[in-house]
Amino acid sequence: MKAATYDYAKPLTCDEAIALIVPTGGMGKFVSGSQSLGPMMNLRLAQPEMLVDLRGIAALRACRIEGETVTLGACLTHAQIEDGKVETGTRGLMEYVARGIAYRAVRNRGTLGGSLAHADPAADWINTMCALDAQFLVAGPGGARVIDGGDWMAGAFTTALEADEILTGVRFARLSPTARWSYYKFNRKPGEFAEAIAVFIDDAARGVCRAVIGAIDAPPFAIDDARDLLRDANPQTSCFDAHLEAAGIEAGSYEHEVHRVALVRAAAAIRNQDGKAP
Amino acid sequence: MIKRLHRQGGGDSAQGIGASLTRKEDERFMHGRGEYVPNIRMVGMVDVAFVRSPIAHGHIVGIEKPEGFEHAIYTLGDMEGVKPVVANSGLPGFKSSEQPVLASGKVRQVGEIIAMCVAATRAQAEDIAAQVFVDFEELPAVVDMIDARRDDSALVHEHWGDNVFLETFVDANPDVDLDAIRRDAPIRVHRKLRTARQSMAPMEGRGCVAHWDRRLSQLILHTSAQMPHITRTGLAQCLGLDEGQVRVIAPDVGGGFGYKGILLPEEVCCGWLAMQLEKPVRWIEDRREQLTANANCREHDYDITGYADRDGRLLAVECEAHVDSGAYSSYPFSACLEAAQIGSILPGPYKMERFRCRTWSVATNKPPILPYRGVARTGVCYAIETVMDAIALEAGIEPYEVRLRNLVEPHEMPYDNITRKHFDSGDYPEAVRRAMAAIDLSAVRARQRRGEPDGRRIGFGMSVFCEQGAHGTSVYHGWGIPMVPGYEPAVIRLTPDGVLEVRVGVHSHGQSMETTLAQIAHEVLGIDTDRVRIVLGDTGVTPYSTGTWGSRSIVMAGGAVGRASKELKERLLKIGAHLLGEPSSEVRWENGAVVGRQASRSLREIARTWYLAPQLLPSDVDPRGLEVSTSYQAKRDSGTFSYACHAVVVAVDPALGQTEILDYVIVEDGGVLINPMVVDGQVYGGAAQGIGTALYEAMPYSDDGQPLASTLADYILPGATEVPAIRIEHMETPAPYTEFGQKGIGESGAIGPPAALANAVNDALRGLGVRIDQLPVTPRLVVEALAKERERQARAMKGMPA
Repeated sequence: MKAATYDYAKPLTCDEAIALIVPTGGMGKFVSGSQSLGPMMNLRLAQPEMLVDLRGIAALRACRIEGETVTLGACLTHAQIEDGKVETGTRGLMEYVARGIAYRAVRNRGTLGGSLAHADPAADWINTMCALDAQFLVAGPGGARVIDGGDWMAGAFTTALEADEILTGVRFARLSPTARWSYYKFNRKPGEFAEAIAVFIDDAARGVCRAVIGAIDAPPFAIDDARDLLRDANPQTSCFDAHLEAAGIEAGSYEHEVHRVALVRAAAAIRNQDGKAP
Repeated sequence: MIKRLHRQGGGDSAQGIGASLTRKEDERFMHGRGEYVPNIRMVGMVDVAFVRSPIAHGHIVGIEKPEGFEHAIYTLGDMEGVKPVVANSGLPGFKSSEQPVLASGKVRQVGEIIAMCVAATRAQAEDIAAQVFVDFEELPAVVDMIDARRDDSALVHEHWGDNVFLETFVDANPDVDLDAIRRDAPIRVHRKLRTARQSMAPMEGRGCVAHWDRRLSQLILHTSAQMPHITRTGLAQCLGLDEGQVRVIAPDVGGGFGYKGILLPEEVCCGWLAMQLEKPVRWIEDRREQLTANANCREHDYDITGYADRDGRLLAVECEAHVDSGAYSSYPFSACLEAAQIGSILPGPYKMERFRCRTWSVATNKPPILPYRGVARTGVCYAIETVMDAIALEAGIEPYEVRLRNLVEPHEMPYDNITRKHFDSGDYPEAVRRAMAAIDLSAVRARQRRGEPDGRRIGFGMSVFCEQGAHGTSVYHGWGIPMVPGYEPAVIRLTPDGVLEVRVGVHSHGQSMETTLAQIAHEVLGIDTDRVRIVLGDTGVTPYSTGTWGSRSIVMAGGAVGRASKELKERLLKIGAHLLGEPSSEVRWENGAVVGRQASRSLREIARTWYLAPQLLPSDVDPRGLEVSTSYQAKRDSGTFSYACHAVVVAVDPALGQTEILDYVIVEDGGVLINPMVVDGQVYGGAAQGIGTALYEAMPYSDDGQPLASTLADYILPGATEVPAIRIEHMETPAPYTEFGQKGIGESGAIGPPAALANAVNDALRGLGVRIDQLPVTPRLVVEALAKERERQARAMKGMPA
């Protein structure tokens, strides 16, 4: 199938972009890498009347670390993160995650912000940002605003972003030098969307021990205090089950099984070594 | 314009039969210069988008064309005189279906085409298609092939009275008392097996550009096809044209796998529209159309029982097999080739005393089942090899041992098996022994006993099969389908500058025929392969052939090119001798030249003489000149039998159900290999597809007949990370009935993996009390089976007395 007809513009600033999208009355869409929107348009599942391409906006590629705060621009590509072109302050977590997104051709075009705005629960960044407890930086006709991570996703493919707002970047606390992380993704083959994702960030210096159960049919489920899963050499199965139940995953199902294994393995990875998941 | 350097004199040994010559066609493919149907641009070309049925089964109550677009939308009512696609089998009891080129009364599958919309671009044609309103009266969908045979099932074709295209029954060696075997056999194993419906997924989908040539009064259809002459015959019939009024051109084709042997209603529609509009008309299939509406294959169900003696020697095999044939009998292979073949090839490479098999080709509200690389053999091999593993287990012997005890022995060759398949040659047990040595089974077993530090479980699996290829007239006459292959033609001719043009009716879409046929010409004539042009894929300039299918091209077209080259050589020798002033008996053919006592005349010199200096020719020269048109039929047309043993080691993660292939060995006998590198490529590619069948690919359907994998995000294909570095060993037993001893091997790689991998996974899971009896073996199946088993054990524990 071929996409329905649409108009296209590639502005140089966020203000211009917003000015272009407002008159479309909700029928226009911002686009960056087009790795999700493009296929949906070709299948005619999405038929925006106008595409406003954000890739011409230099400000959306800006990244900085100020003190202990990291800000990453929305138009960073997965490949730029994978290749270490920017300092993410995540002690390799984001670089590791980027390497596992789809395949290189997708990573060359797909962007951090595009993925977060698309809000596929099975995607990598939405779960990683949840683990980092990131805030979402937004620009709109009424100016800029900040959306807390917990408020970002209302459901699968649904965010707090208004149709005329742009996700400009994300902001999160830099991991301290002693922080440990693990990321476990289960999928049918490398590059496919995940059936289960589990993320741990154990940053005792900042008093953070956080985990995420992801790739559920809902926003990522954050475990704000995951110490019970990391404390013992062999935590009880019941600890994991309690979190899975809280995440709304039906006991006895295949989904429960794979999410439990992902969580157990991510926890084991963080207990057994200083970083990467197996 | 690509200028090809003519490298002169590559030397005999480097180019002839057995040389791993790099592929001639790669000069354009590897530089991105392939020419495919979607590359074609014609002045005034319009694009077609089809309105397709969103429901699986229902009556069409009305079709409303949107106002202002009536001229751009065509329904069956507009296509006067166009006939439906019909492919009858001559087997007794076959029920005929008519696949309308556009549905009118009823739709019988999701994706069935209802109306054709035309515009300057595909996107605009889709805009129009989206506005066509079709009113349906929905009927219950027939989705499962077993349920379809129940009396209360809805009917796909009402006038049949049931949903069975064809029932067949094979009862081999009826004199052997089956009841006695059933009663007394020390080993009886029974399995119910299912293989998923799949979608063959060539890189390039279908697609065509049709236009009407007024001067020639001819419809010219460029289409992505592997059997262009058969497409022409079918198309001419549907459109009511003489075959001379149809020319089919299949340019470069990006993978066929059987899917591109089929005449599609879309091609008939585009052909008709091109004649109507007198404009070039294009339709390029997209991946969604391919997955959900067209390319479907493989769905089998087996209820199979094997009987063996205490030592694991087969006594009898009994089977009831169903194939989900979908809604229509597709042209030319029919709805029944798949199921009917099961009855004849299920015994595999084994000896047994008794065999009985009943098959049903069942109509359902799904796309027609099409022949995919390996056709029935992939499922059959899975069924019989599952039984062989089960017997090995019962007999307490290794899987390879049970094979060795039942395989046809080399001293028995040629061997007529229990269903009268004529195994032409080979040493089947040796293939097994070599595979076991290569995989180092004892080391695998030791590792298995040791256990893995990561908790994964090691499994070993194997499969053995033989593959009938290039089977000819007598076999296909027996199946009674619209197409029966006969003498395979080749037309070869020298140009004045001594280039050999070879025209054959087979095609090449991965098979490397441009290289291997040139190697055969070189073998006979000594001509440099760079000076051989292979012309393929155009009915206007190639001789009529059934085309490329059934692992036949290198045997049949290769044989024909060999014969033609030999005949040409005789003619060249006579002229050459005359030019040398020597008697024919005194000259010989050497390195592409006629060599006499003193001097020689090259092929190029002789060619130049024939065309441009005929005054030098002998007075009694053969007037047919330097063009040879001949054909080839094997000494026996019952087919070549290549064979192979696949051996695989897997690691299964019992927590996630995921299978990783650790090692994969294929020992293969394709007879004399024309180009071993090309054969390796064929085997690798086929094995990748077999791995897909085994572990990944499935086209599931909802209860109301909706296909649930409509993109490649849902239809999981194996990729570079799933296909291991397969180790291939070749045996080369010359085929006794073919021109150079070659055997057909194109499909072979795809046949063995599902059986070998399923056996391996089940070997890995054996200690856990579960077994997976369906394909693909997915993580979900493994995880759910293990969970169920844990529950069962927990219940049993509770029930135990304290």
